[in-house]
Amino acid sequence: MSTYAQKKGFGATIWDYMTTVDHKKIAILYLIAGGIFFILGGLEAMFIRIQLAVPDNNFVSAGLYNEILTMHGTTMIFLAAMPLLFAFMNAIMPLQIGARDVAFPFLNSLGFWLFFFGGLFLNLSWFLGGAPDAGWTSYASLSLDSAGHGIDFYALGLQISGAGTLIGGINFLVTIINMRAPGMTYMRMPLFTWSTFVASALILFAFPPLTIGLFFMIFDRMFGSNFFDPAMGGNTVLWEHLFWIFGHPEVYILILPAFGIFSEIFATFSRKRLFGYSSMVFATVLIGFLGFMVWAHHMFTTGMGPIANAIFAVATMAIAVPTGIKIFNWLFTMWGGSIKFTTPMLWAVAFIPSFVAGGVTGVMLATAAADYQYHDSYFVVAHFHYVIVGGVVFALLAGTHFYWPKMFGTMLNEFLGKITFWLFLIGFHLTFFIQHFLGLMGMPRRIFTFLPDQGLETGNLISTVGAVLMAVAVIVLLINIVITSVKNERVGNDPWEDGRTLEWSIPSPPPFYNFKQLPLVRGLDAYWLEKVEGKKGMTPAEPLGDIHMPNNSILPVVMSLGLFIAAFGAMYRTEHAWGLPVLIGGMLITLLAMFARSVKDDHGFHIHKEDLENDDDKGGKA
Amino acid sequence: MANQQPTSGNPRVDIEYRRKKSAEEMRYQVITFALMIFLTLVSFVAVGYGEFSGWFIVPFILLLAVVQVIFQLYYFMHMSHKGHEAPQIFLYSGAFIGAATVLAFMTVIWW
Repeated sequence: MSTYAQKKGFGATIWDYMTTVDHKKIAILYLIAGGIFFILGGLEAMFIRIQLAVPDNNFVSAGLYNEILTMHGTTMIFLAAMPLLFAFMNAIMPLQIGARDVAFPFLNSLGFWLFFFGGLFLNLSWFLGGAPDAGWTSYASLSLDSAGHGIDFYALGLQISGAGTLIGGINFLVTIINMRAPGMTYMRMPLFTWSTFVASALILFAFPPLTIGLFFMIFDRMFGSNFFDPAMGGNTVLWEHLFWIFGHPEVYILILPAFGIFSEIFATFSRKRLFGYSSMVFATVLIGFLGFMVWAHHMFTTGMGPIANAIFAVATMAIAVPTGIKIFNWLFTMWGGSIKFTTPMLWAVAFIPSFVAGGVTGVMLATAAADYQYHDSYFVVAHFHYVIVGGVVFALLAGTHFYWPKMFGTMLNEFLGKITFWLFLIGFHLTFFIQHFLGLMGMPRRIFTFLPDQGLETGNLISTVGAVLMAVAVIVLLINIVITSVKNERVGNDPWEDGRTLEWSIPSPPPFYNFKQLPLVRGLDAYWLEKVEGKKGMTPAEPLGDIHMPNNSILPVVMSLGLFIAAFGAMYRTEHAWGLPVLIGGMLITLLAMFARSVKDDHGFHIHKEDLENDDDKGGKA
Repeated sequence: MANQQPTSGNPRVDIEYRRKKSAEEMRYQVITFALMIFLTLVSFVAVGYGEFSGWFIVPFILLLAVVQVIFQLYYFMHMSHKGHEAPQIFLYSGAFIGAATVLAFMTVIWW
């Protein structure tokens, strides 16, 4: 039983993490991998801003700029934002519903490793002949003509990591539907769990169109089909539709968990029940539903005709209503609350105006007629950075500070956290606010340089200065993490002292079985209820008994590695003789691993009652 | 799920009630099975008769197919029983989103 081991060597720790099926350790893996990709995407953003700092710059060439820009978008969305959200979903959601793990621990591990190898594959393109260069949307008319293997890396890498995301989403759905603790009805679930639930449903419905689109792209580029080639009877706009049927729900997949994190933070640090809980749930579900009806607002200028444009414009504007409900609920949560301005709360408060600014430009862009002016200008760039950075990245940074003690058992330094916050907030607005005006002045997006004396110099320079501030803020955060980890001052169950939900009722970090006895949930904000009544912890819902746990397994790594190898084979099949054997060999590795998993019975193990009694809440290992 | 076998060892399980329930269930299944065979025959006849135009036959057969899917889900896969709310929600949302997508593709891309 490796989880009981005491001091472990470095190699043993690595092996433990490679084979782990524990949702808390997988969360840490997601956090580390997503964090590395976040820094990588941030570096790419810095290169973009350096290149655009002054007119006629030649810091990077036009071709390399396209690659950097494409990889910035792709990395940030697929390999940074989503995995980081998955980190918090994995770490917190099972604790919030009072479960001992997710429904399918093995699949959870498989989802992570698929994402990791997909991301690795995509980024290896830098060293193997050039990265993808057709933008993160990779429109077929552009990407089919892209020379080299960049787009192949994009299609294959995203296909592999997308499978991982789909597996993760289904896993969360099953967990929330089936594994809630006694008394945890749907309408008692914390809002982060609710938003995880809706985001997972969106993943379930949104990723299949992407999978199909990517397969068409893979077949078109590597196997001689013509789905997107109009000269051969294909349709290039088909890719755009498939991509955005995925792509628009995707941005809600990102923002809904962010809303969830902020809802928890607002309630916790206003020390008040979340205002309008049921309307928050309703708004979350409605946003998720409407998210599927609006994809074509990304394509107003492709010539869909006035009727289609009008329908999608109105549907898009409708989303402002449930979002508005949420904004007002957060404001009313703070209203009359006894507010504590901790670092997470600062992020949450700053999120409201920042995100609303992005929402307002969103409604402007939704106006189809006006969109002909804004389309493909820096105005769009400013808009989506306001919602994604001002919404998702703020939530990720807030969540990092808020949930750090629950994940690692130590508190991040509040002073350094506040420095990070102010630097990042100022840097963010400096960078992106001015871009609205650059766009309105006519600066197109995705250009690698601009000419002097067109009134674009000052704005771009300000934007670059802001980007530097954001980079410094992230460096301060990293220093904070290092200092905190070295100091290693352990904290108790409820380090913020105002925890409301179940995760704060157990040690930080929780023991590997989470709950010795499943808790009895008596209402919304279950732990808060008990505290109000003067109790120290949750009332157990079951007698102390043996706990059934899953065994660790290396098979997820093997399966993912097989697909990783097969992807190289698919890509080089037509150029090198070894391509086809490698493709088949890689698939065989995956299939054999799946076969081994299917035929070998793995019943897991039990933690016995006696061991649990001796284990006096010392807390598990991170 | 009402038709679980009484394996729980619970002495209060009403076997008589279970038996009645199962018999009722069985009757429904036989009826729907007969209906499904009949609907399949009708669709074969619709094509084989030769007098109807394709504009009638294709929607007609699709309609019959939808009815058969509903029979399948509700009477053979027990979706009519309690405890299937979550699968129902996801099935219907999936069908709805798929239909919206197909509709949009038919009207916006291939017109």
